[in-house]
Amino acid sequence: MTNELPPGLAIQKVDERIMTLNVGPQHPGSGHMRIIVQIDGDYIVACDPDPGYVHRGEEKMAEYRNYITNIPHLERPVIHDSCNILYPYVLGVEELLGIEVPERAKYVRVICAELNRCIYIMYWLAIYGIFLGHSTMFMWPAGDRELLIDLMEKISGARVTHAHFVPGGVRNDLPPNFEEVCLRQINYFEKRIKEYAAVFYDNPILISRTENTGVLSREDAIRLGTTGSVLRASGVDYDLRIKEPYDVYEELDVHSPVMKEGDSYARSKIPWLDMLESCNIIKQALQKMPKSGSVRVKLKPNPKGKGFDSVYKRVESGRGSLGCHIVSDGKVEPYRLKLSVPSFRNLIALPYLLKGEKLGNMPSVYWSLNYWPVEADR
Amino acid sequence: MLKDLVTPENANVFIGKLGDILEKAIDKPLGYAINWGRIWSLWPVHIETACCSVEFGAASSPRYDVERFGIIEAFGSLRQCDLIVVQGTITRKMAPRLRLVYDQMPEPKYVIAMGACAITGGLYFDSYNVLPGIDGVLPVDVYVPGCPPRPETLIQGCILLQEKIKRMKARKFV
Amino acid sequence: MSTDTKQVIAEEKPAEAKPAEAKPTEEKPAEEKPAEEKPVAKPVAKPVAKPVAKPVAKPVAKSWVKPVAKPIELPAFEKSISDKVVEKFGDKIQVEFVKENRVGIKVDKENIHDVAEFIRDGLNYDHVESVSGVDYPQDKEIEVVYHIGSYSDSSLAKQLLVLATRAVREENPIPGKDATKLPTLRDIFYSVEFHEREVFEMFGVYFTGHPDNRRLLLPEDWADLPPLRKDFAIKGR
Repeated sequence: MTNELPPGLAIQKVDERIMTLNVGPQHPGSGHMRIIVQIDGDYIVACDPDPGYVHRGEEKMAEYRNYITNIPHLERPVIHDSCNILYPYVLGVEELLGIEVPERAKYVRVICAELNRCIYIMYWLAIYGIFLGHSTMFMWPAGDRELLIDLMEKISGARVTHAHFVPGGVRNDLPPNFEEVCLRQINYFEKRIKEYAAVFYDNPILISRTENTGVLSREDAIRLGTTGSVLRASGVDYDLRIKEPYDVYEELDVHSPVMKEGDSYARSKIPWLDMLESCNIIKQALQKMPKSGSVRVKLKPNPKGKGFDSVYKRVESGRGSLGCHIVSDGKVEPYRLKLSVPSFRNLIALPYLLKGEKLGNMPSVYWSLNYWPVEADR
Repeated sequence: MLKDLVTPENANVFIGKLGDILEKAIDKPLGYAINWGRIWSLWPVHIETACCSVEFGAASSPRYDVERFGIIEAFGSLRQCDLIVVQGTITRKMAPRLRLVYDQMPEPKYVIAMGACAITGGLYFDSYNVLPGIDGVLPVDVYVPGCPPRPETLIQGCILLQEKIKRMKARKFV
Repeated sequence: MSTDTKQVIAEEKPAEAKPAEAKPTEEKPAEEKPAEEKPVAKPVAKPVAKPVAKPVAKPVAKSWVKPVAKPIELPAFEKSISDKVVEKFGDKIQVEFVKENRVGIKVDKENIHDVAEFIRDGLNYDHVESVSGVDYPQDKEIEVVYHIGSYSDSSLAKQLLVLATRAVREENPIPGKDATKLPTLRDIFYSVEFHEREVFEMFGVYFTGHPDNRRLLLPEDWADLPPLRKDFAIKGR
């Protein structure tokens, strides 16, 4: 941990008891990143995450594209949560350009964002199932997820990469008869995910594997600056949909789940409770949405900011608070664009949580951080 | 006489040569059977390189159920795999690892380049850390375009690969 | 240069968005609706703010916050936060902007450590959300912007304190060995650890006192300029 060489080239000098293991990037329990762990017997002594395998330079590329052409590539970091990762960017651009969004568009955005949150969490849950060797928990969410993907496909035309949010509203209006179909799907979906409790969350094997592993106390969760489900699993009630409501969230009744334990089990249960809450929000939004009206303010072809200005907007994504810092210099391209992504912020907790754990618990702790490596690397 | 030639040091070379001769002999009559066996057991390595892995995962979901074609089975060890699906962008940091993984796989091995990024660099054509396609790293058998490709496209790509293997010589690496 | 143009306002919005008047029937209702909605958003912030010392701090601020001289009414709670900082540090800091839910403060690198300590202990901010570097080649400076938020204090939940500081920028950077250095805030806000590592590799700003100034995202053999500097051009552009 102390030598100056970069992690890929460092040869660790360890005593005979301690062994260094590279977990990943080719490993079923790591995803797109490498975790360098030092183990003593079966216990992890130290851990050094090594992200960056999917670092694609989004922030640099954004400086060469104008505000509208930035949309497709900025959603690529989390293609299964693409509405939510575009959300802060779009809000920020709207503030820079001084655009006001029609009321109906705000509701459509909320519906899309909540649908996307469910799609994201279902994928996350499927992978969590496979990490723990629970095949049913891969098959069920991966199958049920397709229902919501169908809905999003109806709205935007693409399975995962929607590019549906644009500064000034959303790209298209909802398809005809959408409210009915959506309500039916959501009702079924809600009934369906409640069944997961029986097979997964009340499963004694899961409980014995995840309870009291990787415990993150409330103080540490705050100190490490974690966010989203990790933070709420440690007993901090912080959800931007409630605390700093954007668009129409303040008109909706949002309750975000909080648990006190702070272990892997709590961290894996919070997203599931989030999904139930999302279903509620979608139902409310469908009810309160204005039935007709414009969904998009037309922009000038190449919108520009007004002089030097900077905004920082954040939303609650499927993983936590997602911020976008845009600095504009009055040109058609952003001067600097920074995505402050929840995965990157939660990564800091990993070395902290793994210390003293058994090596076998590594996948469950790692994936319970609600971590998506592509997003962390940007 | 043969005993003098074969020493413990070069025994493996001789065994390898013998295997080659045998394979050449059975290539004509048994090649079809060998290839037939290969196309129904295309197991991919578990290496995810970028965001296409979401659709790769969706391909094994109950709706698409890619395993009914005998391809993209559950993930095994690297040493038992014969397919590598490059799921999206290859960055400069990932490229050496990808090659390392490929080199460790036993022959015969096939490569599917999935997604626009793996084919040409895609959206990230001008990024400073992304390779413009994986052609410089791995020999690609099938390109599956899309950003990301739908699971159906991936399935079609795999079936194309099966067709290709059928027409290959059993000894692919000649 | 950013400070001059920086205005406090988020209020002058509606004028800009007018596109070509191709479909006036559709556009009009779209423009008007939000205007009604605006006032709804504001009062949420205000009631929280009322008890805090607004009249006390104002005279102190006037000498410093130039944009404030304009008649636009500032969000009171945000103003009180910036006033507290101004009261403590006087002319060592500069209030860059006071917007709804955002307070921007600019500090020299000599004082950033003290200011950050005050922000944590005196104002109850407890974590850093984002650390972004911004390169200004024309000023020969690199700005590092900390977005600091608070979980433990519920009245600060929607507030972000934007703390900006600038480091010298070198034409031919040797990351870690040249004059582009800033004091680390890791001992104050533990959460900046990875963020500062990222800024180090992307801009070459070395954080003195950071225990782990290694490379994070870039490949191990990266030998070019730090990529997010403005003089690093990507291919074909």
